[in-house]
Formats: sequence, C-alpha cells, structure tokens
Amino acid sequence: NPPPNRHTSDKNCEISSISHVTMSPSRQNNFVSSYLFPLAKSSYSVISAFCTEDNVLQCISYINQELASLGLCSTYIEATSPEGTGLNAVPALNAIYELLQIHRRTMSTVEALEKEQLKKSSTMELMQTSNTRLKDQLELSIREKSGLHEMERQLQLKIKTLQSCLKTEKDEVQKLQSIIASRASQYSHDAKRKEREAAKLKERLSQLLVDRKDKKLAIDVLNCLGRSDGKRGHWKTAKATASHEGEMYKSLLSDYEASQKSLMLENAELKKVLQQMKKEMIHILSPCSSSGRGATADDSQEQHHDSDGEEKMGDTSRETLDQSCEHAREQLTNSIRQQWRKLRNHVEKLDSQVSQVQNQLESNKEMIPLETHEDEMERMRCEVQQCKEFIHAQQQLLQQQLNTSFDDETAALLNDCYTLEEKERLKEEWKLFEEQKRNFERERKNFTEAAIRLGREKKAFEEDRASWLKNQFLNMTPFTDRRRCSSSDGHSALSVSNEPEIRMSSVKAQLAKSSTYTTFSTPRSSQSGAVPSTPELYRTLRLIPESRGRCSDLSIFSMGEDENSLS
Amino acid sequence: MNFSEVFKQSNQLCKVSPDGKYLATCVQYRLVVRDVSTLQIMHLYTCLDQISHMEWSSDSLFILCAMYKRGLVQVWSLEQPDWHCKIDEGSIGLVSSRWSPDGRHILNTTEFHLRITVWSLCTKAVSYIKYPKACQKGIDFSRDGSYMALAERRDCKDFVSIFVCDDWHLLRHFETETQDLAGLEWSPNGCVLAVWDSCLEYKVLLYSLDGRLLSTYSAYEWSLGVKSVSWSPSSQFLAIGSYDEKVRIINHITWKKIAQFEHPATVESTKTVYKEVERRPAVAHSSTPRVNVLTNFVSLINSLLLPHLDEICSLPVQIPVVKPDPDRANPKIGVSVLAFSSDNHYLATKNDNMASAVWVWNMQKMSLEAVLEQTSAVRCFQWDPRHPRLALCTGNTKLYLWSPGGCVAVQVPTEGGFQVHSLNWHCSDNSLILLGKEQLCLCYMETDEEDK
Repeated sequence: NPPPNRHTSDKNCEISSISHVTMSPSRQNNFVSSYLFPLAKSSYSVISAFCTEDNVLQCISYINQELASLGLCSTYIEATSPEGTGLNAVPALNAIYELLQIHRRTMSTVEALEKEQLKKSSTMELMQTSNTRLKDQLELSIREKSGLHEMERQLQLKIKTLQSCLKTEKDEVQKLQSIIASRASQYSHDAKRKEREAAKLKERLSQLLVDRKDKKLAIDVLNCLGRSDGKRGHWKTAKATASHEGEMYKSLLSDYEASQKSLMLENAELKKVLQQMKKEMIHILSPCSSSGRGATADDSQEQHHDSDGEEKMGDTSRETLDQSCEHAREQLTNSIRQQWRKLRNHVEKLDSQVSQVQNQLESNKEMIPLETHEDEMERMRCEVQQCKEFIHAQQQLLQQQLNTSFDDETAALLNDCYTLEEKERLKEEWKLFEEQKRNFERERKNFTEAAIRLGREKKAFEEDRASWLKNQFLNMTPFTDRRRCSSSDGHSALSVSNEPEIRMSSVKAQLAKSSTYTTFSTPRSSQSGAVPSTPELYRTLRLIPESRGRCSDLSIFSMGEDENSLS
Repeated sequence: MNFSEVFKQSNQLCKVSPDGKYLATCVQYRLVVRDVSTLQIMHLYTCLDQISHMEWSSDSLFILCAMYKRGLVQVWSLEQPDWHCKIDEGSIGLVSSRWSPDGRHILNTTEFHLRITVWSLCTKAVSYIKYPKACQKGIDFSRDGSYMALAERRDCKDFVSIFVCDDWHLLRHFETETQDLAGLEWSPNGCVLAVWDSCLEYKVLLYSLDGRLLSTYSAYEWSLGVKSVSWSPSSQFLAIGSYDEKVRIINHITWKKIAQFEHPATVESTKTVYKEVERRPAVAHSSTPRVNVLTNFVSLINSLLLPHLDEICSLPVQIPVVKPDPDRANPKIGVSVLAFSSDNHYLATKNDNMASAVWVWNMQKMSLEAVLEQTSAVRCFQWDPRHPRLALCTGNTKLYLWSPGGCVAVQVPTEGGFQVHSLNWHCSDNSLILLGKEQLCLCYMETDEEDK
C-alpha cells in the first residue's frame, strides 16, 4: 500500500514541514493535502509534543472537536478517567478506524485526482501544442493573406494602368479612324471628281468623233503688235539659252549676296552689342570688385581676368574687321559668358552678403553695412537697367545708322570712284579732241588756202588755156606768126615750145610735189613754167586716150569740173 | 470718305488697270472702260458672248476678255479702239485664259487641261505646253515677270517646269517630291519657288530658281494638311495655313518654323478684340443722316457721325465656332486665307470654322495683335497696298476698316441696299472698289484717314 509508505516517509518530516509537501499542482486540495500529510517518522515526538500526560483531556477535547469538524460525531474519544491519563480504546479505535477510512478515501480520491490531473495535464499539453501549432498556422495563413492582398493590390493597379492604356489606345484608334474617314471622304471626293471629268472627256471625245467638223483653232488679229519693250524678237539660239542660264544665275547670286550682306550687317551689329555689353559688364564688375567685400585673392583674380578681358576686347575689336573669323566669334562669346558668370557670381555674393547682413541685423548689429549693401544693390540694378536700355537704344540706332550710312558712304565713295575714272577718261578724250580739232583746223585752213590757190590757179589756167586755144586757132590759120608774138605777151605758159621735156620734168617734179594734197607749190610760177607737151594737151582735149601712167600728172589739171567744162 | 454712284457689273469682273488710270468692268457681254478719277466712260467694247474672265495687260494698253463657253478670247486695245484680236480655241474648249507678264502673249488652258496654248500677239505664232496640271494653283509668274513656273503631271508623277517668259524657253524641268501637287508660288524676290502638296499630305517644298531642292517642311502626318500658303512681301517669311487651325511661319534663312499662330475658340492674349455689335437703326442721331444724305457723295462729317459699330471687348472672348461636317470632303475648318500687309508688319488670317472672325497678327512681335469679330461670316478682306490698313466685308451693307490705330465701320450709302460681296484696293489712289452681286461702287478715302 503506497499510502503507508508515504506516511512513513512523511513521518520523517517535522511538523513545520507540513506546509511544503511537494505534489502536483492541484490548488484546491492543497490545504487539505497539506493538512492530510502531516505525519512524519518523528511524529511520535511530535504527537508526544502535542499530547503530554498533563493535557490529555485537552487533547481529547481538541481531537473530539476536530473529529466533529470532520463529521465523525459518533466516535468521540473518551477518557478513561477524568484525570485523563488513559483513553477509552473502543471509541479511540473507532475514531482511528474512521480516520483511516477517511484517509483511504481521501487517498483514493487523491489518486483519482492525480490521475485525472495527469490526464488533464497531458491533454493540456496536447492542447497547448495544438494551440501553438494552430497559432503558427494562423500566423502563416495571415501572412499568406497579406501577401495575397498585396498581390491583389498590385494586380488592381496593373488593371488600372492597362485600362488607361486601353483607353488611350482606343482614343488613338478613334482619332485614326476619324482621320481615315476624312481621308477616305477626300479620296472619294477626288475620285468622283476625276471620274466626272473623265466622263466629260469621253463625252467630248465621242462628240468630236461624231462631229468631225473640227473647228480649227485660229487667231484673227488686225495687225501684229510690237513687243512691249520695243525691241525686236530674237531667234532661239544656243547663245540665248546660255544667256538665259546666265541671267538666272545672276539673279540668284544677287539675291544670295543681298541676303549675305544683310546677315553680315546683323552679325556685325550683334557683335557690337555684345562687346558693348561686355564692356559694361566689366565696368560694372570692376568698381564693385575694388570696393567690394570679396577676398583679395578674388579681386586679384578678377582684375587679372578683367585685364585679360580688356586685352581680349582689344583683340576682338581688331578682329571684327575680319568678319568671318570663327576664332574671334568664339572668343567674344566666351568672354561674354565669362563676364556674365562673374557678374552673376558677384550678384549672388552680394545677395548672400545681404542675407547675412540681414541676419546680423536681426541680432541688432551693424545697420550700416546693410544700408550700403542695399544702396550698392540698388545702384547696380539701376546700372544694369541703364545698360540694358542703352544697349537697346544703341541697337536701334546702330541698325538705322548702319543701314543708311553704309549705303550712303559706299554709294558716295563708289560714285566718287566711278566719276573719277570717268573724269580722267573724259579729260583724255577732251585732250584728244582738242588736238584733233586743232589738226582739223589746220588742215581746214590749208585746204581753204589750197582751194583759194587752186581757184586762182584754175582761173589762171583757164585764161591760159583760153589764150592758148585762141593761139592754137590762130596758129592754125596763116596768121600764126603774127599771133605768136602777141601770144608771147603774157600767156607764155601755154605756148608750144621746144622745151617741153625740161619744162615737163620741172612740171613733173612740181607736180610730184603737189600730188600731196596738203601742199601746193606756188601756182603762178608752176603755171608759167609749165608748158605741157602736145600729147598732153591733146590728151586734155580728149583727142587721144589718156595713159594710166601720165594720168596722175595731169590729174591736177584734169579735175572733175575742168573735164566737164572742157567737154 | 466719299462714295461714288453705283454702276452695274456682272460676274464680279471689275479691275483697275495696272497704272491705276482706268477701271474696266464687264456688263454681260460688254466691256466698259472708265477713267478712275471721273468715272466717265472712255471706251465701250462689245464681245461675242458673255464674258467669263477679264484681265488687263501689264502695260495697261490691252484688255483680254475670255468667253469660256464659246472658247473665244477677244483682246481690245485702249489706244486704238479699232484694233481687234480674236482667238478661237476651236473645238478643244477653253477653261482659263491669262496674259503673260510682258503683255504680248496669251496663255489659254484648254478644256480638261489637255494643254496650254501660248499665243503671241507679236508674231501670231502658237506654242503648246503639254500636260499642265489641273490643281488649285498650277501656274505662277514671278513678280518681275521674267519666269513662269508651271506644274505638270505625267505618268502619275508631278513635275515643275520653269520657263523664261522672254522667249518661252524651257529653263528647268524637274520632278517634285509631292504625292499630288496642289499649288506653287514664287517668292517676291523671284529666287525661291514654294510648292505644296494636296491636303492629304502636309508637305511644303522649297526649290531654288535653278531647280535645286532647298528644303522640305512637314509639320505632321496623316491629318489633313496645307490649306493656304503665302509669302511675305520681303520674301523673309512663308506663312502656311493648315487644316489644324494653325498658321506656321517659316523663315527664309534656315527654312524652319519660327512661329506658330493658333486660333483657339477662347481668345486670351491679344491686344484688342473688336466685336461688331448690331445697333438698332432706330437711334435718332444716326438714322437721320442716312435718310437725308445724297446718294452720290457722303461728306466726311457724316462718316464721323455714323456709329462706330465696333466695340472693344474685354478678354477672354469666346469666338463662335461652327463645327464642320466630318463626312464631307474639303471640310470648312482650317486657315484658308492668309494676307500679309504691304509693309510686312501684319498678317491677317481667317479660320474657316470661325468664319466671322479675322485675326491680325503682328509679325514683328510674332503675337496676336487684334481679333475682329463680325456678326456674319467674313466674305473678303484685303490690305491696302500702301498703308497697313485692312478692309473687310461680310456681305452686308457695311465696309469695315482696321488699322493699328483702330477700327471703323462705314455704311455704304446707296439706295436699295448695296451688299458688299468683295472688295479691291486701288493700287495707288487710296480708294476701294466695292463689288456687290451685280453692282459696284467706289469708295475714296480721305488722305488723313490713317490718323483716325
């Protein structure tokens, strides 16, 4: 029997160890159990401690009370004697027996309870494990759910974007459809128009084929007109085609030249404006930097740059004459950028300084720097505004001026050049003209003189001839001798003498001289000396044919009118 | 502003001679030539049929009268009224007839555009040009009259031929990269030829005088494209109006777009919007002058008394839009009319689906200068050849004038109502020719009109 063993084991514990008997956690029965297991091996000593010979009666009463409280009212312990030294065995044994029964019962219940407890604890363990398992499962499923939620959300988003894409695509499709529709209507309209025209053409063709009475095309003009520019029409030649090509290229070239000129003007202007801007920016920067709060290193750098800039400016101003210089252009734009950057940095610096000063101001320090800052800023702003206005005004003026002055200058210059040339040419030509005039005058004078002389000679010759003829006639008569004397008076020129050769030669020589039209030998002497020979005279009288050789000799004498007058 | 009396005309054929001295009008089959200043009839010619087209020669000595139905062209001389010339195209028919720039050749386009016949009045010679293209503007003469550009179509391909007008020598002949060439126009300096495609494709090609392709411009694809094209008088800009209600300005140096003018229904940023407001004629002070006035000449005082029917609206302004029928071809949408002022400062445009408004753009600032909104669709507008002044008419009895200083509406004082259908400026005389359906009237401006 396990209970006695336990009892005996428990007997070894002291009464004070009644409370801490270890057992399985069953709280309800705790106090009972602690109460039920007080017995230790040294219980005798304990019991003896409880009950001594002195307090037997008290003990008995106490025990009876306890038994009563346990429900064993029928088995009271009785004392044998009123002194209380002995016990009535029967009730005591009954009481003990009852107590043992009670104990047994309680032990069995305890056993049962323990069994049940074990069972319950095992089920609880089971439950716990299943609980944890289920909890884990729950967590897992919750996580899964959230994951699924997330996926669902993403899918929803995707759906939305796809829907919007779809919408845009639909819109575009609609737009394209409308475009297609309009194009289709345009095409059909055009096609219909062409078809109608083709139908008309067919109709007309059939009409013509049937008609056959072809009305010829013709023009009926009263009279042909002259060309509008008054010139005559030209044949179509290769030269004409070439000239047309030339004309065309000329007009194209002149147009390109004009546009290039205007573009170059614009460029020059813009360059000037940029340079102005640069100058003014430098100007703005340099006084500011000298009085500014920038670090001296900065200043020196700026000064260096400025001087650099000045130098560059000088270069570029020289190089603006070389208009197509890429390098100059780049230099200019770079320097402008540089200056602008500096200006901007400076302004930013000033701004930051202003804000610093403002901060300082808030802590009630240095009112003055802010003011000066503000003033400076204002001044700068004004300057910049002025510069801008100035630039603008300059631009406009320059534009105007350049457009006119350029033309005027060069036009005047060119005109001058051209007129100079012309003047020179004119002068030369005048000179020539004067010379020629003089020459002509001279010649005219000579001519007139010669003519006068000739006239006189002619007259003299006529007279001579007349007298000679007279003489001849008279000589032909028997009165020649007499007449000779009289004829020799003055008109010895025509007297036939034997000195014709000599005379002739002299005449020839003189005639040779006088064959040049500018000089005439003295008429009288030649006439008086000239005694033409008979054949000459016969020739003059057209009695014998002239010979070519001698013709020239007598050409003076046989001038056109003379011949006529002779014949 | 003075108005002359009303004369008859037919077919809207009324033209001032290039030298500005004479006014020629057609009345049925008669050609009437008047002196511009006195409006006395100087000459009267009778043609063989109703005149379909009438044109002055460039030297103002001859007038061409074409009768398309009968295929006849008659030429009359002003100096010698007895001189006559008749050109009979025969059975081949006549579709259009025009002078050459030298005033001595006549170009007749036969029916079905089979060929162009060039008649010489100096030599009675005939030459033919084959395969001319039947399109919106297939032939153009350069401003100085030395070159003629002609669009041709052969084997389903477009070509351009450049002729020297002196002797009709073919200078250049080249193929163009267009699908269906719709028109060509010389720049005023005669060095560049702008060629544009039909509305199914937005394409503008720029060719140099010697036939080289300088540049191509295409703003967008697929939607309907170019509707109208115009050069600026200095040849600096090319304005292209398209079906998307925008005007794009191309510059002559890079041939790229430098500005885009839009015609939105709500106008927000412009200098001024002039809106024509109908005022009841029952207003006392305005009605009496009209009743009492002599129809021959209206004094300047009266024109001052006439109400200014335009008021300046505050922005933003809504402009009435008429949506075109999407199923029809050549829809009434897009910029169909472009006109530069003679001093190059302004561009006037009309958007077809806002037909009652004329937009004036400032070309120096490339921004909208003014919007003129009328009560009915604008029929015609034209810039004064000397001053920056725009005259427009809407088919009612009023004449509207806009200048940078302001806007003026003038009632044409005629009995029986003269509805102004179209108008033409005189080349130098500061006067306007107003054409009604069957009538015409001259309007003389006062020389200090611009100060208004």
